[in-house]
Amino acid sequence: MKRHVLHPLWVAIGVVGLIFFARLLLVPDDFGVHGDSFTYNYHRLGNIEEWKDFPVKYQGTATCSECHNDNARTHRRSPHKRVQCENCHGPAGNHPDDVEYLPLNKERAMCLRCHADLGYPASTARSNLPAIVDRHHKRGRECVSCHNPHDPREDVE
Amino acid sequence: MTEDMIVHGVEWTVKELFVYPNEFIYWSIQIVMYPYMTGLVAGAFVLSSLYHVFGQKDLKEIAQFSLVFSLALLPVAALPLLLHLQQPLRAMEPLLTPHFTSAIAAFGIVFTVYGLIVVSEIWFVYREYFVHQLEALRGSSGFWNAQRRIAYTVLTFGAKDVSDDAIKVDHKAAKILAGVGIPVACFLHGYAGFIFGSVKANALWMSPLMPVIFIMSAVVSGIALCMLTYIVIMEFQAFRQRRKGGAAEAGETKGAEIDIISKSTRYLLGFLVAAISLELLDLIFRGYTAMKSWDILRSVMYGKDFVNIFVLQYTLGNLVPFVLLLLPGRTIKRTVLALLLVLFGVFMMRWNVVIGGQAFSLSFSGYMHYHIPIIPHSLETFKEGLFGALTVIATPFVLFWFINKFVPSLRRGIGET
Amino acid sequence: MSCSRRDFLKDAAGAAFVSSLPLSAFVVLTADEAKAAVANATVRWGYLVDTNKCTGCGMCVKACKNENEIPYDSPVTRTWVERYVVTKDGAIHIDSPDGGRDGFTSDKIRDEEIDPDSIAKAFFVPKLCNQCDNPACVQVCPVGATYKTEDGVVLIDREWCIGCGYCIMACPYGVRFFHPEHKVADKCNFCYHRITKGMMPACVESCAFGARRLANLRDPDDPVTKIITTERVAVLKDEYGTKPHVFYLGLDNSVR
Repeated sequence: MKRHVLHPLWVAIGVVGLIFFARLLLVPDDFGVHGDSFTYNYHRLGNIEEWKDFPVKYQGTATCSECHNDNARTHRRSPHKRVQCENCHGPAGNHPDDVEYLPLNKERAMCLRCHADLGYPASTARSNLPAIVDRHHKRGRECVSCHNPHDPREDVE
Repeated sequence: MTEDMIVHGVEWTVKELFVYPNEFIYWSIQIVMYPYMTGLVAGAFVLSSLYHVFGQKDLKEIAQFSLVFSLALLPVAALPLLLHLQQPLRAMEPLLTPHFTSAIAAFGIVFTVYGLIVVSEIWFVYREYFVHQLEALRGSSGFWNAQRRIAYTVLTFGAKDVSDDAIKVDHKAAKILAGVGIPVACFLHGYAGFIFGSVKANALWMSPLMPVIFIMSAVVSGIALCMLTYIVIMEFQAFRQRRKGGAAEAGETKGAEIDIISKSTRYLLGFLVAAISLELLDLIFRGYTAMKSWDILRSVMYGKDFVNIFVLQYTLGNLVPFVLLLLPGRTIKRTVLALLLVLFGVFMMRWNVVIGGQAFSLSFSGYMHYHIPIIPHSLETFKEGLFGALTVIATPFVLFWFINKFVPSLRRGIGET
Repeated sequence: MSCSRRDFLKDAAGAAFVSSLPLSAFVVLTADEAKAAVANATVRWGYLVDTNKCTGCGMCVKACKNENEIPYDSPVTRTWVERYVVTKDGAIHIDSPDGGRDGFTSDKIRDEEIDPDSIAKAFFVPKLCNQCDNPACVQVCPVGATYKTEDGVVLIDREWCIGCGYCIMACPYGVRFFHPEHKVADKCNFCYHRITKGMMPACVESCAFGARRLANLRDPDDPVTKIITTERVAVLKDEYGTKPHVFYLGLDNSVR
């Protein structure tokens, strides 16, 4: 048997060795099967913490109510009480630390999301909300110029 | 939108009726090129192995060439994947943390194994030549000769024994590698079919026949490309010789050539029949069982993609070359035309699988149309556009030209086993 | 643990955890790790969509895009709302303009006027990642960049994803996409950063009608879990065997 026949094998072993060396160097230590299935639980463990640290933007109506007492009180008593503050006022983020004023969306389109009449049967949840036909009711005007969004039963003075 | 705000797929996808908002043609031209090029690699290798393993002596000429050509094609099988990745710098990760439940995870490993087999086989076939070259260059002077000497020194890999015993061992090793290479080549491509066939979410792709169909059409396209390139190169050499004035010699070349071509054609036709039979079986089965997805599949196959599938792929790409190759009195010109059509047909098959599989929405209620970017205006539209595909097509020929400088696969009497 | 022995054994997942104990006994865990593993076994996130309550306002889509930093004007979105209008002749009209981000304020579907008198039924269906028990997307990831956490949420590692798109192809629900900025696969993760802090996902928080709710399926006292276990719920595309964990009330046969 001629020894040279094994030369390609050395190359192959070298390539495999190189891959394992690269693995040692480049794969994070916490990479592995974290759970009971290689199919579904093979990953870098640290990534879970990275996702947990993702910044929260929507703080919730309770947080807003801590400072904005008046509006919160009006809102709490109105049919709009189930609409979150941040739906119209935008996500609070770190307000008021970073952002002093939040961009308020007063557009007609905002109200039409719920209150545009689509002409659907009564079995459609949408049909149970007070609704206007966009092209017939005060075309192009901002709803909030007449209706108080915090309590739509009240007119704007 | 700014350059880094491009949503992958929006550029070339046109939606019709109801399509989920996140659905686009995510796998575009490069993923058509990937199985196409892999198929060519596998096919070229199988053709060369027909001679090396099964001793089909009549294929000797083309076997040497197709072995080396499969090496030139090899890097190009990975190129489309690299061009397609959204994070190309992380391309080595499938080797670092392979998740073996994914068909793609195997790519790095199968590809590396296959690459080693091809390179080793070529080394065993041409080692004697390398050593002779080195001896011939001994004592020669000049910059380029020095470079060549270095190159051949590296290529011999320290094995300069050219005794009869050593050469015999070489030939035996090459034969074993060619034998091992056939299943690996089939696996390399069969699993490319598995990548598609195992996607249960896709009604068109999901089929256990997919890997087998891919292997068959791979061999068809590989043989066709090898024959075609071989004919072109041989004709070119004959043309050059004719210009030098050796008319008799030229005639002789042509005779040998036609013999090789007609032998290869037989294998080509065999695999073509197998490929078409399987594809038709798949189609008939889908229509007969008429599962939930059949309505939308039918509207794509018989409606939107009718020309692509039945005219371009089956008629122009399969039926016409089949007739051209079978009719008596075949000439080189007609063979070349048939081979070109076969290559086109296999390409259309890849296209109809990859793009056709994304031509309808997962909701079965809408369609997506693919408009390949022609004029690139960003890196993405180059990579995933016409010019990206042309780059992929051109690369193996450039590589072959380069490799052939050191491994003369077209010269007779070298590397015979 | 506060639940009774019988409840604990009834809980299939709990039983699975018990059966896995001898195996994991071979793995040397630190005290904290072991505690964390036990704690996680008490949580399996699920989700309930009540299609009867959805009005198609699209506030959830808007909130999701803001909360999860998905470029607001890009067509891709982690959650979306579909509108189904079924006419009396049986035809099904479906749309979801911009994923329903701006709600449904027009009665036209793809510029087509539908006569209100011809409408048999109309409803809205919110869609999001189903956080499957057998996620096809995770199975096909070649590098382990997407995975299922112990509490049942499927996450994507943005530092490790190579962007091959195989997971996008493998998902039968079409919830995955390439993030326009990060250039990696992306999808809904039930606002993992919120639910692990005791908050609700942004879509749940922003829904004024209670159409979207989060459930801890391992907690038998969870009011949403109670609905899922006692009422007749359905899941989407059950036939793919992915075992989705977003449950629907009032799901119609026409929903795709």
